[in-house]
Amino acid sequence: MKAREKLIAFQTIFTKETLRFARIWMQTVLPPVVTTALYFIIFGNLIGPRIGEMEGFDYMEFIIPGLIMMAVITNSYANVVSSFYGSKFQRHIEEMLISPTPNYVILLGYVSGGVMRGVTVGVAVTIVSLLFKPFNIHSLPVMLSMFVLTSILFSLAGLINGVFANSFDDISIIPTFVLTPLTYLGGIFYSINMLPEFWQKLSLVNPILYMINAFRYGFLGISDISLLTSYTISGGFIVALYLFSLYLLRTGRGIRT
Amino acid sequence: MTPALSIRDLKKTYKGGHVALKGISLDVARGDFFALLGPNGAGKTTLIGILASLVNASAGSVIVFGHDLAREPAAAKACLGLVPQEFNFNMFEPVVEVVANQAGYYGIPRAEAFRRAEVYLKHLDLWDKRHVMARNVSGGMKRRLMIARALVHEPRLLILDEPTAGVDIEIRRSMWKFLREINNAGTTIILTTHYLEEAESLCRTIAIIDEGELISNTSTKQLLNTLQRETFILDVEKPLDAAPVLPQHTLHLVDEHTLEAEIQRNESINTLFAELTQQGIRVLSMRNKTNRLEELFMRLVENGAGEPS
Repeated sequence: MKAREKLIAFQTIFTKETLRFARIWMQTVLPPVVTTALYFIIFGNLIGPRIGEMEGFDYMEFIIPGLIMMAVITNSYANVVSSFYGSKFQRHIEEMLISPTPNYVILLGYVSGGVMRGVTVGVAVTIVSLLFKPFNIHSLPVMLSMFVLTSILFSLAGLINGVFANSFDDISIIPTFVLTPLTYLGGIFYSINMLPEFWQKLSLVNPILYMINAFRYGFLGISDISLLTSYTISGGFIVALYLFSLYLLRTGRGIRT
Repeated sequence: MTPALSIRDLKKTYKGGHVALKGISLDVARGDFFALLGPNGAGKTTLIGILASLVNASAGSVIVFGHDLAREPAAAKACLGLVPQEFNFNMFEPVVEVVANQAGYYGIPRAEAFRRAEVYLKHLDLWDKRHVMARNVSGGMKRRLMIARALVHEPRLLILDEPTAGVDIEIRRSMWKFLREINNAGTTIILTTHYLEEAESLCRTIAIIDEGELISNTSTKQLLNTLQRETFILDVEKPLDAAPVLPQHTLHLVDEHTLEAEIQRNESINTLFAELTQQGIRVLSMRNKTNRLEELFMRLVENGAGEPS
């Protein structure tokens, strides 16, 4: 397959994945926007003023980056895990497996769909947050790069979950019992400097902490973690998950007998 | 000239130890219309799964138009189109997108993909349904949609796994006509089917596999020539109490108006009629008890690889 043909195959998967979530925007884009708006109302407007400042910023300002990041993480993951498992369940993954499209193009196609949904929801949530609190962006390159890196990372994680899933239960276990707790404990609502030393150290094993903090740096210019560490951890996870995903596709785990 | 498909010593053992293929070797000539027959569980779908890269072979090789599927997968896959037994398209996509997306996976630009989708959907009477979600079209339309999808990249070898299962006779006949057309245009076709009159009518070569082994692989004509005797059903005018005793033929009484006669291949049916006429029995109509290929198929499968009797 020539490079141009691979590009067409990639564009086809990307378009198909984007149309998939766009067709059902009431289920995919709207709910996270509504949920995040509720967070802004409850934690930002109602409870926030009683908490006061966090790291020198209004509580509302402090939580905005984390809430945007939470929407990006959950939606990138959910998009790829449900789409990939759905394609296994309905067996239309076979359309790609029978074709000359290489495994890495299939992988990039699914991930690009996840990134697209993560970015779409992230932008929608950002626009909603502006209705509650206008904010300045400290570093646009840091903000945008973390936006994209995080959605790539969780799209890859969603694909791996989709490969191993054998039932619809299997695609909700990880998001419910692993992803959501890690996201909530990743410093969306608080700075880890507030925690006792033991919990501070324990928080450092949570990869989501690094992404939320780097993203917050892009908005507010503050972070509990150094930027270099955040980029290194995110990049390392992306490379590891990409290679593992590619290995799974190559060996046909869950998709070939 | 290299064959369209060359399979050598292909084996498949599933996890758990089930041996689905025990070393199949066969060639399919370019331009052939080739039937792959066998009872349920014979290994046909496993074989097709390996050709389509959906099942990993345990051993052996598959070469498609000179391209080894293991060593040059992209080149081999580009030559292949598959119409699977079960519906395997996205039920939540419009019909036209199912076809156009498949073209995209073969590197066909979007505009050309939609142009080809139009051609094949029109050919298969699906153009009016192009914007309908795939889940909302009828079973026969879904089958035709899979044919359109398999053809959109214009494969040189088309594999159809029971393409007419569950479709009415009118649609089946129109599908036969369409398949003959594309075969005449040069596409090599491999067909599996449980409708043996379909294989007899369409295919020039017939291979039969059973329990993972190839038990016959020859031209349809040669295969039918191996049938040593045929059984005919005769409808007679006047009711009979018992089967008439004839000098050269043995007849069985099915009911008072129906006789069953076995005719050896080298015998003339005229002799039978002459003997019946002598006894004053008038035959109103005559038909084969079963399709000839069906009779042969049953004997081959029952006798294993032995000579059909």
